[in-house]
Amino acid sequence: MAQRNAVIVEGLTKSFGKTRALEGIDFTVGEGSVVGLLGPNGAGKTTTVRILTTLIKPDGGRAEVAGIDVLKHPEQVRARIGLTGQYAAVDEILTGRENLIMFGQLYRLTHASAKRRADELLERFELTDAANRTVKTYSGGMRRRLDLAASLLVTPPVLFLDEPTTGLDPRSRNGMWEVIGDLIKDGTTVLLTTQYLEEADQLANRIVVIDRGKVIAQGTANELKNQVGGERLEITVPHGTDLERAESALINTAGQAALDEGGVQIDPVNWRLTVPFPAGAKGLPVAVRQLDEAGVTLADLALRRPTLDDVFLTLTGHAAEEGNGNGLKEDSEKAA
Amino acid sequence: MSEHTLTSPAGIATGAVSPPLRQVSRGQLASIVVDSALLAKRSLMRVPRQPDWLFGATIQPVMFILLFRYVFAGAIPIPGTSSVDYIMSGIIVQGLVFGSINTAVGLSEDIKKGLMDRFRSLPMPRSSILLGRILADLMLQVFVTAISIGVALAVGFRPNANPAEWLGAIGLMALMAFTLSWIGAIIGLTLRSTEAVTSIGLVWIFPLTFASSAFVMPQTMPGWLEAFAKNQPVTLIIDAVRGLWTGYYPQASSHTALYAVIWLVAVCIVAIPTAIWAYERRMAN
Ligand SMILES: Nc1ncnc2c1ncn2[C@@H]1O[C@H](COP(=O)(O)OP(=O)(O)O)[C@@H](O)[C@H]1O
Ligand SMILES: [Mg+2]
Repeated sequence: MAQRNAVIVEGLTKSFGKTRALEGIDFTVGEGSVVGLLGPNGAGKTTTVRILTTLIKPDGGRAEVAGIDVLKHPEQVRARIGLTGQYAAVDEILTGRENLIMFGQLYRLTHASAKRRADELLERFELTDAANRTVKTYSGGMRRRLDLAASLLVTPPVLFLDEPTTGLDPRSRNGMWEVIGDLIKDGTTVLLTTQYLEEADQLANRIVVIDRGKVIAQGTANELKNQVGGERLEITVPHGTDLERAESALINTAGQAALDEGGVQIDPVNWRLTVPFPAGAKGLPVAVRQLDEAGVTLADLALRRPTLDDVFLTLTGHAAEEGNGNGLKEDSEKAA
Repeated sequence: MSEHTLTSPAGIATGAVSPPLRQVSRGQLASIVVDSALLAKRSLMRVPRQPDWLFGATIQPVMFILLFRYVFAGAIPIPGTSSVDYIMSGIIVQGLVFGSINTAVGLSEDIKKGLMDRFRSLPMPRSSILLGRILADLMLQVFVTAISIGVALAVGFRPNANPAEWLGAIGLMALMAFTLSWIGAIIGLTLRSTEAVTSIGLVWIFPLTFASSAFVMPQTMPGWLEAFAKNQPVTLIIDAVRGLWTGYYPQASSHTALYAVIWLVAVCIVAIPTAIWAYERRMAN
């Protein structure tokens, strides 16, 4: 094992009053690698990042960033990190260039170096045309790119990106992914948090799944997908179909796997039902016949590989992204 | 202070031809000064860019000066001095007290917008974050007060102070603005919403400025209010500034300025650590 860890997190705990935000988190980020901290809203992602970037102190546990103890030498840690927080933290009244020059100087660059570096980064993030406009006039995607640029002024060895694409439209999100992907290729160590399973899959070498302040799984996207077994059968039924009837028909068809691996996910908005289906393509003809016999009309039927959504649902019993429909119905029934 | 060159790790390339970036290393004290100045500059850059804000910040004191000069000055006779001089001194100091809201709102917004977190993740002294803001607000107060004094002079305010007295009055007002800025900081750091900051940041100011010697003599107030008005610090400061400008001291005390300074220093001694405590507490979660 030649690889060293750029981030080490051991037993971190943190409470805010009665809210237990972190209940003992452990993970590491290898030098030059990208770890995606994946979890739903309120899982404790931001709290973890804020501890690692010395913004708050944990109640218990320890952490190292770039080989330095976060609690013992916070000021040394700050000289070695870049942080792009959950909200684009740039000054709206300043122009893009002014922001970068100011942050560069606060990173102790000389004025000349800060200026030059600002221009390089503006160019790199395709903000040159907007460089002299106040940030107020920027789109969400431009702000995020500027925010990211501001954390790269002195090429920090470890970069923290807290939900870098939350709130962006799909096009800006893709733009952000490209930019982050380039950084990663350059060998920067990145800890990235996200609620988007697709994003972790796309950008991270390894994924640490957290929920309610605990790590519930970690591994590569493939390893996580394997944990939840084989393929999924997904059917779409016409509007107005009796969903309970469709559900029991699906359970019948999928057999034991459906019961073992979390049952049927129902997306009532899209009239879609999904079930673990280990039989795969071979089992399809039988499935179609059985559903037909049960009187379930099909608008669409598909077989797909498990997504990280399925991983999350299997691991936690609830969906990762609020409002995406998957499993929410079941979940709210359980909670009720 | 020394400069050194940053080694640029692979990737985030600074370009093959461009010379390496230079970083400055400074001592702690030098860093505090330089970084506070950088942050103060950043706060002040918004002044010319938000004309509506600037308009609001200057028009209010100017409006007060004109209203009080032409609506009230004639109706409020002050024995022993010109009521214009009396009221103008009061209104100028009152404007400064209101200005303390800037610090509260500015800090509150920096926290809300996440800028505070970014600043705190940078390798700079954290004291610069508060100091930079207070420095900027102090300069704004000087600017706005200069306008107020100019307008007051134009509408008949006639101080008879010598240069030393002018300097004393300005110094006292600056000390007051500095002190109140820390109180503004406590408010901005304690209250969570900017709306609460704006309203609560103002409510304490009204009784302190109106139940004072700013516009009327405290003797004209009901007994209980008179007792408060005569003994509260804003009155003391107004009396001191007015005394320096016009030579008029209601309580015939040449020590008024000294007492005012003692009050302000005492408030600073309490308010600065409290603001730092409020800052730490707010930042802890
Ligand atoms: N400053 C705070 N005060 C009180 N509760 C907080 C604070 N910050 C976070 N929490 C709570 O801690 C939990 C974890 O929050 P957070 O780390 O922000 O989650 P995430 O970033 O994964 O959405 C949530 O329940 C949240 O409400
Ligand atoms: Mg978060």
